[in-house]
Amino acid sequence: MPATLLQKVWDAHAVRRLPNGQTQLFIGLHLIHEVTTPQAFDMLRARGGRVAFPDRTVATVDHIVPTRDQRRPFADVMAEDMMSALERNCREHGIRLFDLSSGHQGIVHVIGPELGLTQPGMTIACGDSHTSTHGAFGAIAFGIGTSQVRDVLASQCLAIDPLKVRRITVRGRLQPGVYAKDVILEIIRRLGVKGGVGHAYEYGGDTVDRMSMDERMTLCNMSIEGGARVGYVNPDATTFAYLRGRQFAPQGEAFEAACAWWSSMASDRGAPYDDEVVLDAAEIRPTVTWGINPGQSTSIDGSVPSPADVPAADRDSVAEALDFMGFAAGQPLKGTRIDVAFVGSCTNARLSDLREAARVIRGRHVAAHVKALVVPGSQTVRAAAEREGLDRVFADAGFEWRGAGCSMCLAMNPDRLEGRQICASSSNRNFKGRQGSPTGRTLLMSPAMVAAAAIAGELVDVREFVGAELAYGR
Amino acid sequence: MAGSRIRERSGTAVPLRGDNIDTDRIIPARYLKAITFEGLEAHLFEDDRQQANARARDSHPLSNPAYAGAAILLVDANFGCGSSREHAPQAIQRRGIRAIVGQSFSEIFFGNAVALGLPCVTVPEATADALMQIAERNPRALFALDLEALRLTVDGQSFEVALSPAARQSFLEGSWDATGLLLDRFDEVRRVAERLPYIAGF
Ligand code: SF4
Repeated sequence: MPATLLQKVWDAHAVRRLPNGQTQLFIGLHLIHEVTTPQAFDMLRARGGRVAFPDRTVATVDHIVPTRDQRRPFADVMAEDMMSALERNCREHGIRLFDLSSGHQGIVHVIGPELGLTQPGMTIACGDSHTSTHGAFGAIAFGIGTSQVRDVLASQCLAIDPLKVRRITVRGRLQPGVYAKDVILEIIRRLGVKGGVGHAYEYGGDTVDRMSMDERMTLCNMSIEGGARVGYVNPDATTFAYLRGRQFAPQGEAFEAACAWWSSMASDRGAPYDDEVVLDAAEIRPTVTWGINPGQSTSIDGSVPSPADVPAADRDSVAEALDFMGFAAGQPLKGTRIDVAFVGSCTNARLSDLREAARVIRGRHVAAHVKALVVPGSQTVRAAAEREGLDRVFADAGFEWRGAGCSMCLAMNPDRLEGRQICASSSNRNFKGRQGSPTGRTLLMSPAMVAAAAIAGELVDVREFVGAELAYGR
Repeated sequence: MAGSRIRERSGTAVPLRGDNIDTDRIIPARYLKAITFEGLEAHLFEDDRQQANARARDSHPLSNPAYAGAAILLVDANFGCGSSREHAPQAIQRRGIRAIVGQSFSEIFFGNAVALGLPCVTVPEATADALMQIAERNPRALFALDLEALRLTVDGQSFEVALSPAARQSFLEGSWDATGLLLDRFDEVRRVAERLPYIAGF
């Protein structure tokens, strides 16, 4: 019987059916970071438990690390406490930690793939909602809370409910200047921020087939913003080529055997889906959010809606968003003045993202009133970018070139908005207060659009702004 | 180790209107910078409350003294979306809330709440609105949630509520703290691990 990747991975990892009907699922890779684990280790300790599979657990530090001055001890005492707690817990339980001195530290969802830890057919869990990123490799990757981190530490398993699968097929060529970020923002806009509840999103179609692994990661990263529990892309030649030679990927003959198994885990032709949605890539334009959730977006040539134009059920949230953002109904997005430009986060801080942003700013300068920063997703990305001279391109244009971390994606380190500042951001959440100021405002978009906004000092259509210099339709 | 059995939750209710209330609003990220969950309740909805307060004193339901001591939180749709931070249900529970009733919940939030013994039950939109109106009219109205019968009674009226069979059973049996259950048959866990090609080394 033809089956989906989700079904195959589920069957391969199911330990048993629990009395309450949930599945006890073995977790192949447990990624941990400093924010959601100290309490989990304490709970484990209080019960006299041990980490069941320390060699299936890997740690890094990302949320609280300062991106400017990374010397220890950190200036922020609480950040230093969290860092030391993680170090202590990893030491005590024999867990590998990629810390600031490792050369591989970075956002957990950036380093897992780049080290080859993330592989097709695996189950992955991490105490972080954007764990869905790892689905780009054909893994089933769950974001979990701290009590579940404790469960995985103690047993390497999760108790979990079955999921439906929605196939999201994207067909056709993306226009130049349109990126995976625009595709996922469009998907969330159409299906809604709670449209995916109870589902795994399987992304496919020729547009996705042509995407690089970096782009597939952007797509899967924001599945959670659409309400889906996980998102994934079936593994293919692009996936295998990416993994070949990576530190933790199988080597030599084992790699060939691995490719065979990975291929066998992909969804079969004729696999049963609970439903299917089809998008035409050619229709997607550079997209920007105007509201306080990632579904509140429009194309850059669009305007802010009026509560009167939307279905009754959405009226209150549109009114609330306009009130918070200080936008008027009908106001065009283009020309919105920005204060801060942020290229970073697990959505868009990989090497290809930095290259696209650099392409836009090369030979230009950030507008005088804009503070612009670029924060590589990992030390590896940072080093690779420096080898290409991207750090110079950014610095010459007036961008601050920072150390790796979550930075201004969320308010847990020194990088944050102030007051009512408006930020053009390549991150994934525009929630009220997300970027550190309770009244700060976030506009989500692709790194190329952030770069163009930084130079212009206001929202512009990156296609008009740089035209011919953009990456061409894929 | 199992939790205690949870069959019913009762008390007064605090109504919190609005869809898509995310966990950044429930507990702002700056309060995640700590290695314990202690004291989180002091910062529950802090920024929302301050912004509401700036408009009209005590206008946020969680700042309103009329709702002090509420044991039930009434919400709308997609409550707890966004970040997976367990700090959100922790802060809610530490504030004294014993159950949440709403139109729908984000899955990660729901799972986190189950793991803490904090039931989140769903009702249709019209019921959610009716319940909010009752609590708005009379903050002292007593709500009684029966997880066995899946009914919520207040003011002499009785409403049907929904809860996934797995979560319901976990609460009724006191097995909502999953660690013990997952360790029960550890030999089977090892067997699954050994037959996975990526662990066996392909
Ligand atoms: S970059 Fe942002 S979304 Fe990604 S893990 Fe860090 S804080 Fe979370």
